[in-house]
Amino acid sequence: MTSERRVHPYIPNSVPEIKAELLKEIGVGSAEELYSQMIPQRLRLPRRMNLPEALPSELDLRRHVEKLLSKNISCKDYISFLGAGCWQHYVPAVCDEIARRAEFLSAYSGENYSDLGRFQAFFEFQSMIGELVGMEVACLSTYDWGAAAANAIRMGCRLNGRREVLVPATVSPARLSTIRNFAGPLAMPTHIDIRTVKYNRSRGLLDIKDLKHKLSSRTSAVYFENPSYLGVIESQGEEISYAAHEVGAEIIVGVDPISLGLLAPPSDYGADIVCGEVQPLGMHMNCGGGLAGFIASRDEEKYVAEYPTHLVSITTTQREGEYGFGYCRFDRTSYAARENAKDWVGTATALWSIVAANYLALMGPSGMREIGEAIAQKSHYAAELLSEIKGIRIVFPQFFKEFVVNFDRTGKSVARINKALLKKNIFGGKDLTEEYSELGASSLYSVTELHTMEDINKLAEAVKEVVR
Amino acid sequence: MRKPSEVRNYHAPVWSEPVVMELGTHGERGILVPEVEEGIRNRVGKASALIPKKMLRKVPPRLPELSQPQVLRHYLRLSQMTLGMDLNIDFGEGTCTMKYSPRVNEDLAELIADIHPLQDEETIQGVLEILYKFGHVFLKEISGMSEFCFQAGGGSEAVFVNACIMRRYHELNGELGQRNEIITTIFSHPCDAAVPATAGFKVITLYPDQKTGMPSTEALKAAVSKRTAGIMITNPEDTGIFNPEIDEWTRIVHEAGGLCGYDQANANAIMGITRAREAGFDMCFFNLHKTFGSPHGSDGPACGAVCVTKELAKFLPVPVVTYDGRKYHLDYDRPCSVGKVRDFLGNVPVVLRAYAWSMSMGEEGLREAAEVSAINNSYLEKRLVKIRGVTKPFSTKRRVDQIRWSLEKMKEETGVGVLDVNRRVVDFGVQSYFLSHHPWVVPEPFTPEPCETYSKKDIDDWAAVLHKVSEEAYLNPELVKTAPHRSSIARIDETALDDPKRWAMTWRAYARKKGARARN
Repeated sequence: MTSERRVHPYIPNSVPEIKAELLKEIGVGSAEELYSQMIPQRLRLPRRMNLPEALPSELDLRRHVEKLLSKNISCKDYISFLGAGCWQHYVPAVCDEIARRAEFLSAYSGENYSDLGRFQAFFEFQSMIGELVGMEVACLSTYDWGAAAANAIRMGCRLNGRREVLVPATVSPARLSTIRNFAGPLAMPTHIDIRTVKYNRSRGLLDIKDLKHKLSSRTSAVYFENPSYLGVIESQGEEISYAAHEVGAEIIVGVDPISLGLLAPPSDYGADIVCGEVQPLGMHMNCGGGLAGFIASRDEEKYVAEYPTHLVSITTTQREGEYGFGYCRFDRTSYAARENAKDWVGTATALWSIVAANYLALMGPSGMREIGEAIAQKSHYAAELLSEIKGIRIVFPQFFKEFVVNFDRTGKSVARINKALLKKNIFGGKDLTEEYSELGASSLYSVTELHTMEDINKLAEAVKEVVR
Repeated sequence: MRKPSEVRNYHAPVWSEPVVMELGTHGERGILVPEVEEGIRNRVGKASALIPKKMLRKVPPRLPELSQPQVLRHYLRLSQMTLGMDLNIDFGEGTCTMKYSPRVNEDLAELIADIHPLQDEETIQGVLEILYKFGHVFLKEISGMSEFCFQAGGGSEAVFVNACIMRRYHELNGELGQRNEIITTIFSHPCDAAVPATAGFKVITLYPDQKTGMPSTEALKAAVSKRTAGIMITNPEDTGIFNPEIDEWTRIVHEAGGLCGYDQANANAIMGITRAREAGFDMCFFNLHKTFGSPHGSDGPACGAVCVTKELAKFLPVPVVTYDGRKYHLDYDRPCSVGKVRDFLGNVPVVLRAYAWSMSMGEEGLREAAEVSAINNSYLEKRLVKIRGVTKPFSTKRRVDQIRWSLEKMKEETGVGVLDVNRRVVDFGVQSYFLSHHPWVVPEPFTPEPCETYSKKDIDDWAAVLHKVSEEAYLNPELVKTAPHRSSIARIDETALDDPKRWAMTWRAYARKKGARARN
């Protein structure tokens, strides 16, 4: 910047005269003098930072960033079958409108009165999540599904004082890694032992025999997902819950809420705590930046007391018939209790709570049922077409929107197939070869309401050519 | 300064908006799902036949049924009853760095809306370049650190990454069983205590010298031992006081065998002025939704950008973005890594906005933002010390980015405390201020942070509101105690929020409890 351009549009007091006036008022000659009164010279950076030339003109900046980003190809350019924890669903225009409302976008942590609308939207999010999962308590959205699952597991451990948790071997490896980080290493006395339970290799369901073998009075909780990371609908929920409850363990179920207009809510098959991923409910994938987790449970004091996250409660005001909102049991949170809190709460993904509320209000019960049906039909259609290709096998029969495709008998690796599909403007499914070596050359395909019959036919044609 | 009488004649919007669950009528639709093509339907049949029978939902979720204009209207009304930073002089929310988030960056962030994080590297070179350059060009200079990770979805989660790195470091050294204590200070953010505790550490909290407000180096010396895993601290602290012995602190901790983590959630007034590296830290993090201009989003999405020394780089979560001189890559093959704390690559749009903001600023701009923030804070001080009932605790004169003020005097003299004043300032169209985390330490605290976004007049106007409320407190304390008077709603019943019989986190719980009360 040349000296006459020192006034930056984001900094009103960068006008030299104003700055001089302020300096005079505070009794120093320069910013340098002010800093010298606060920070010892030996800790000061003795030079200017070496940074690229600034682009203070908005137009220059826009051009620069647009040029960088033009190197990307998006799922709007190509047909994508990637999912695995972040899925391409349609985002209604009204959701985008609300997500960019300056009031919501720029607010932070104002109190109950000045930020009434934000609090009410949070309560509505919790209310609609509660309806979907069949629970009376739900929290404001947290970081992502993995963090929510980890928090839920730690809630379970605090509830019954046990430190062993069973999870199916089909849990997402990334989520499992997050859960293990929250569980801590063995060397620490607070360590939670996360033990995996085998899965049925032909159906992808939890191996009940192995589960029963591993369940004991030490088991704090059983956590499973529905649909699982590998797309499978876990239909043994009641049996799993019964076995876990027999030994006094909690049942924690992770869900993809987009399925819950069609699939039974976890409360139907014995869940004590539910968690999951909010991203499908109105968030763009945002290169993974659309993720947001949630936790829900029954409305029992002992559960509420263990939530680490914010819980927004409705209340009344001094005016008849008027609602107010506020944080329930704020004293449990780390803002109030520091190291004695229930884990921690921090800035996470609140805007996505607001957008998800908007999405669910748009969809309503009929929309959620219809989208569930459309996804199930389209994913099964895609699986059928692929299964007809020589050398290709659909590994698990019972799925919702994602399914595992095995290429073993094509003699080609998933990496090679995906590279070839890329040339045909298709993002193939997530390569599972490393994560699940026992499944061979397998790939996780995701099909949503966004895929047309034409898209799916194109995929089948392309795969047919690629594996030939 | 404006005369106190010149504060705004404001009233918040009063929409008396019902909860969405009460709106609409049966059969209304807000959006339609595309019809499934006939070819698909003929092929696979009904959806209900594709799902195990017992897994089909029997009772539809009781979601509201609303047409599209009704939904939009409802959420627009809620947005109007939210006093976002863009609408007001919002620096009362100190420690939060309520700076302007440039709108152009929203447009730019939308360009990656439809990218999947698992796409082939070749197809996300633009994204990877931004991630790499924001770390290796900007944060490298700002922090002096060597390697970077943007996966943490907020400041607290970044502390978790740091805690996991400390854990892994000591684990691989075979010392984790012994080194299980993390030291922090009471004026560091509560996450610096809560997160290490979640990670399994015992937390030791140091208190400041009561006179100066400075954390005591003697106390640190007494606290370190062979049990010390590390420190996790802020500097400047919430008081705005910069610990001038910070390099001595890191030396003491290193000597004891611990690692030093620097919570730089608020680094706004020290960018280009002083760095983590020269202070001797091993790791730090920046809140990109604060210092680097990404919007706060009503409380996220956010990003805590973790920066570490070369020695600790091997512990970073996977994947790490690398550059071979030609192409950018995602490196998953890092055997010492702590693994994952968050799925995929983190909040990439937040990093993109931070990159764009930093490019707009450049070296001079970043430094200007820092300097003006510090100047604004000292200027606000000049305004606030003149207000009756307001005091500045601790003898340390100069404060960097913010000051933790006290209304203890006002409370003693009028009975009006910091919570009352906070409900009153919103009547004049400024956002409620941030008080302090708990425990308060400073009695009746509040913590404004007038960062570079705010003009001289903004600062004068904000001070005028506080001046006005102070006058009211001394003349008519009841007026302040019964505030707010010009808000969207009247005073709420706070007792219900903590009462299991009356609290309700969902509409269904509210309806059930209300019904039960009506029957009794």
